[in-house]
Amino acid sequence: MTFSAQLEARFEKLLNSYPPGRQRSAMVPMLLYAQDEIGQITDELVNEVATRIGCTPLQVNEVLSYYSMLHTKPLGKYHVQVCTNISCLLHDGDKLYEHACRKLGIGHKEVTADGQFSIEEVECMGACSWAPAIQVNYDFHHYVTPEKLDQLLDGLRKKQ
Amino acid sequence: MLFNEPSPLETRVLTRNFGLPNSASIETYLGTEGYQAFLKAAKMKPEEIIAEVKTSNLRGRGGAGFPTGMKWGFVPRTSPKPKYIVVNGDESEPGTCKDRVLIENDPHQLIEGVLIAGLSVDAHSGYIYIRGEYRYLIEVMEKAIAEAYEKGWLGKNIQGTGFDFDLYAHTGAGAYECGEESALLESLEGKRGVPRIRPPFPAVAGAFQCPTILNNVETFCAVPAILRDGGAAFAALGIPKSGGTKMTCLTGHVNKPGVYELRLGFPVKQMIEEVGGGIRNGKKLKAFVPGGSSCPVLTASEVEGATMDYDSMASRKTMLGSGGVIIMDEDTCMVKAAVRIMRFYAHESCGWCIPCREGTTWLKKILMRFHEGQGTRTDINLIGDIAKNMLGRTFCPLGDAAAMPTISIVEKFRQEFEDHLDGKPCPYEHTGSMVTV
Repeated sequence: MTFSAQLEARFEKLLNSYPPGRQRSAMVPMLLYAQDEIGQITDELVNEVATRIGCTPLQVNEVLSYYSMLHTKPLGKYHVQVCTNISCLLHDGDKLYEHACRKLGIGHKEVTADGQFSIEEVECMGACSWAPAIQVNYDFHHYVTPEKLDQLLDGLRKKQ
Repeated sequence: MLFNEPSPLETRVLTRNFGLPNSASIETYLGTEGYQAFLKAAKMKPEEIIAEVKTSNLRGRGGAGFPTGMKWGFVPRTSPKPKYIVVNGDESEPGTCKDRVLIENDPHQLIEGVLIAGLSVDAHSGYIYIRGEYRYLIEVMEKAIAEAYEKGWLGKNIQGTGFDFDLYAHTGAGAYECGEESALLESLEGKRGVPRIRPPFPAVAGAFQCPTILNNVETFCAVPAILRDGGAAFAALGIPKSGGTKMTCLTGHVNKPGVYELRLGFPVKQMIEEVGGGIRNGKKLKAFVPGGSSCPVLTASEVEGATMDYDSMASRKTMLGSGGVIIMDEDTCMVKAAVRIMRFYAHESCGWCIPCREGTTWLKKILMRFHEGQGTRTDINLIGDIAKNMLGRTFCPLGDAAAMPTISIVEKFRQEFEDHLDGKPCPYEHTGSMVTV
């Protein structure tokens, strides 16, 4: 597989970050960074990472099923993650999640027909003091109200 | 960047550089006595560094509160194996968002703490494990690490001290369990984040089966101040047996939620009223969680006279935990709170220990049933019974973390479960519904 020069540089750095014979340590970071570039974890990527770190595809598959941020199906271009865990719940994070679902017409882990948006109800993302919080891809948004969410999503839709 | 206004009641030690221009840059850090504590430590004997940390009464800030100096003392410094320093930045205990601001605003303070830990046990490499959701902090950390190499504060023969140290930022990919130290080490090795059986403890067989110091971000961030000002001065900021300050995340129904650095022993009532600006909309306090959702909850009357420190919380049969304070007002449905907390633990249980895997799943189902008005009177006791049977029966504390808040909610707010019986609608339904399971 071929990746961008930046991603290759990251891989190179990762493979040199762990003690000799411990390159397997690079597996999860490599999968996540590659997913950011190609959109999802494919069988081809699993084989590629396995080859590069010196383990079997089975060992990679076993690990990737454990981590909630590693996806084997494509997400929307904008992955909207709404936290409904306790601190966000106390600030109506659950209602915000319902609002986002209605607005986009999709549910948990679904993607809009045009492939632009996906939604996930996520567990605590570490923004508890600035609740309710969401992440769109890796960007945090704090103190989110339904109105702010509408503005944000409308803005992203126009950006396409 | 600060996401909330600071409070005048804060004691700013770890946050002393917050708000300065480019506070994350090495220039700003060096301009405020940065890395001087490392230079001081480099002239000390390893046992003297550890003694200073012991004097400071610093206790693990991730949640367990284990004395840090003692933990460092367990590492066999003269072992022929390489030694490692591992930073736990997996911050995922619900209610907790403090390590995030520490890394974002002052990453060099963390690097310096790691270097000092390295000196104390003769370790020459370290890993900062940061949860995957904090991608921007990986960039912040990598930038800081690159600056430190460039200016000679990492790498070979640091500032002519003869001490070598290499540091790497490692991303997680979404798993609460990886905040548990042995699961974190498994994850760092490219495996599923399943806890290890202990002993051996990480001090003896940690990263790559080598002796390892593993502490929370905040714990390492406290170390430069301890070396700079002396362990006794740090200890004096807090109260006996709980030295220094605690990054405290006020969340939930307060007027001014935010992350604040408060001295240990800070009165809870003053924290809620003055730091947090009181309960939102003039409501009354119903429940108080001192340090993340795994802590047993306290009622408003139990909070009377309580202070934010390890002993005060232990005497009330709860924990200071991670500093993730969750405040619930009188309109909060405690059944709903219990369901949401249990849904989280059921989702995050790694599935290895049966009492945790099955216990969290069954408790989630029973609690959901309650919230939907389908509960039965015998279920109330069943909830407590299942939860108590999880306690102490798992390899890592996740089982306990799920059971403890549940037991406390059922015991202290039993009436609310009774109020949901016989198909009665949730008396707090206006506060929302549970949308998914």
